[in-house]
Amino acid sequence: MATVQAPGEPGPGDEAGVVVGALPVPGEWGIRPGISGARALRRLGRAVTSNGKAAAGAILLLIFVLVGLFPGVIAHDNPNAEIYHVSLGPSSAHLLGTTGYGQDMFAQVIYGTRPVLLIAFGAGLGCTIIAMLIGVAAAYLGGAWDSVLNLITDVLLVIPAFPLLIVIGSYLHGATTGVMIAVITCISWSYTARQLRAQALSLRGREFLEAARVRGERAIYIIVVEIIPTMTSLLVASFLTNALYAVLFSSSLQFIGLGDPNVVSWGTMLYWAENNEALETGQALWIIVPGLCIVTLGAAFALLNYAFDEIGNPALRPVRSMRGKRVKPAE
Amino acid sequence: MRFVLRRSGFFLLTLWVALTLNFLLPRMMPGNPALAVIGKFKGGITPEALKALDAEFGLNAHQSLLSQYWTYLGDVATGKWGVSLTTQPGNSVARIVLDALPWTLGLVGITTILAFILGTLIGIIGAWRRGGRLDSILPPIFVIMTVIPYFWLGLVLILFFGVKLHWLPYFFSYDYTLTPALDWTFISNVLEHAILPGFTLLITTIGTWILTMRNTMITTLAEDYVRMARAKGLPGWRIMMDYAARNAILPNLTGFAMSLGFVIGGAILIEEVFNYQGLGYLLLEAVNNDDYPLMQALFLLITVAVLVAILLSDIATAILDPRTRGAR
Repeated sequence: MATVQAPGEPGPGDEAGVVVGALPVPGEWGIRPGISGARALRRLGRAVTSNGKAAAGAILLLIFVLVGLFPGVIAHDNPNAEIYHVSLGPSSAHLLGTTGYGQDMFAQVIYGTRPVLLIAFGAGLGCTIIAMLIGVAAAYLGGAWDSVLNLITDVLLVIPAFPLLIVIGSYLHGATTGVMIAVITCISWSYTARQLRAQALSLRGREFLEAARVRGERAIYIIVVEIIPTMTSLLVASFLTNALYAVLFSSSLQFIGLGDPNVVSWGTMLYWAENNEALETGQALWIIVPGLCIVTLGAAFALLNYAFDEIGNPALRPVRSMRGKRVKPAE
Repeated sequence: MRFVLRRSGFFLLTLWVALTLNFLLPRMMPGNPALAVIGKFKGGITPEALKALDAEFGLNAHQSLLSQYWTYLGDVATGKWGVSLTTQPGNSVARIVLDALPWTLGLVGITTILAFILGTLIGIIGAWRRGGRLDSILPPIFVIMTVIPYFWLGLVLILFFGVKLHWLPYFFSYDYTLTPALDWTFISNVLEHAILPGFTLLITTIGTWILTMRNTMITTLAEDYVRMARAKGLPGWRIMMDYAARNAILPNLTGFAMSLGFVIGGAILIEEVFNYQGLGYLLLEAVNNDDYPLMQALFLLITVAVLVAILLSDIATAILDPRTRGAR
């Protein structure tokens, strides 16, 4: 909440580069021109393995992706089949018991992974791509284009996203996974677009862009081949942030019944659990397990993102060396 | 002055976009869902209210889209927000909203202020004792806290403190059996009912304040004037509060001004989970009952609150930080 930057003005966070999830200070890697995309990605890979937070996040995410790809290998029940006794406790036949409708809850949790991941990756990618196109185009084209694109971005940035999602959801009556991805993407690309525009602006007038122009390259070539590769780390960070928000937004919308109630997903599980007053009737697992899944998946994205912030802005890294002792005041 | 004018222009533009969204959204959806609902409840609505709804949702297609749009803008500007269709049929939307407003302001407003103060203090101390116990434990915990859906945390707290332990009430904002009055029994009852939702909101929002404050504070602590203060031998707490924190608090302060705008729409799901009769609860009631006029009014109100807060926060930044004034 409230991490939205004051639009139109370079807020203090922009300068210091310390707002959580915001633009990292041009660091060791990130905006150094001339580093190709592939090399930046390799550095990224090395950073992930050497940073504890990043490694934990990557492993968690990998597990969820595997579960989402092959749910049938882990759970053998049909998640929709209402064929068992209702509200059974955990047992060897039903690891998490059954729901109030007689469905196997373990199967529901396992099969519920895929739609959540689809929304996370779909909206995460969608937001990043739209933000990249608009942000970079605004910065590169400049002039009237910049003003118009920037204005659109700013207006979308300040219109409260979640209430708007609720309003749209209420007209849609049961948004399927695809619609959910589209709506979340359309509403939440603006913050990233601002970051990417700022990044692209900082490249204005650099020699390597000038050189490309003198070579007679077209604008589209310069944007795709020269500018975008310098943003690899920022693009990864924005993908992670948007994926995290997509998970939270979509689960919340499904919880209040604005998703498609027939799609098995963690948010709809919570919706049906709440409709059956699961807490008051001793079916707490129905609420706890899907929620824990949302939190763990969110944590995977957040851990990766937090780690990238630390890598991009060395000032935020935990201190453990001599330097820490020297800075610490004698008390 | 030019700065304020420009920001106000932006304010009006965004407001216009929000209004236009409200107008266009129901018309863009397949089959105009609002029409169906209004058709169903036509009987219970007075003719003049029906006329307002006509402009708002395009009830009968006699008018052109443009003239409907003008009537709609005029109605909103003159406070004709229509009547509720289903939530409280026939009651004016403005009346319903005003009844719910104080509950949200009280619960979410006070919690936001508490979260700001506590979070900022923890952030200051965490950065000052960098690498200390507080600094190494708290931020990771609160990073995780920020990924927890508010509503789910509320449900878990209800499970433990309400259902299992019976310590705290978790339904509505006061006991149904009491009649609202300004005496201690009623007020303490209201406070008791606010503990669980307030606490849920506090722990999910405090992380942002802590992290922002800590990170700005760390940058500030590396400044030369802080080293100078140390060299002068000033007491530690004075360097911490007067030298470092005072300069580092700006992002948090402007963030606070902005978050006040989110108060109105910020706890929609928490109010829902605790059946707390504020604006968020009302919004979801309206959504569940397809009460589109009420829903639209609430969305506009939430947007306006955010816009006003952002405007105030911009002005505050301009006053507090002269560097931002001339920018662009």
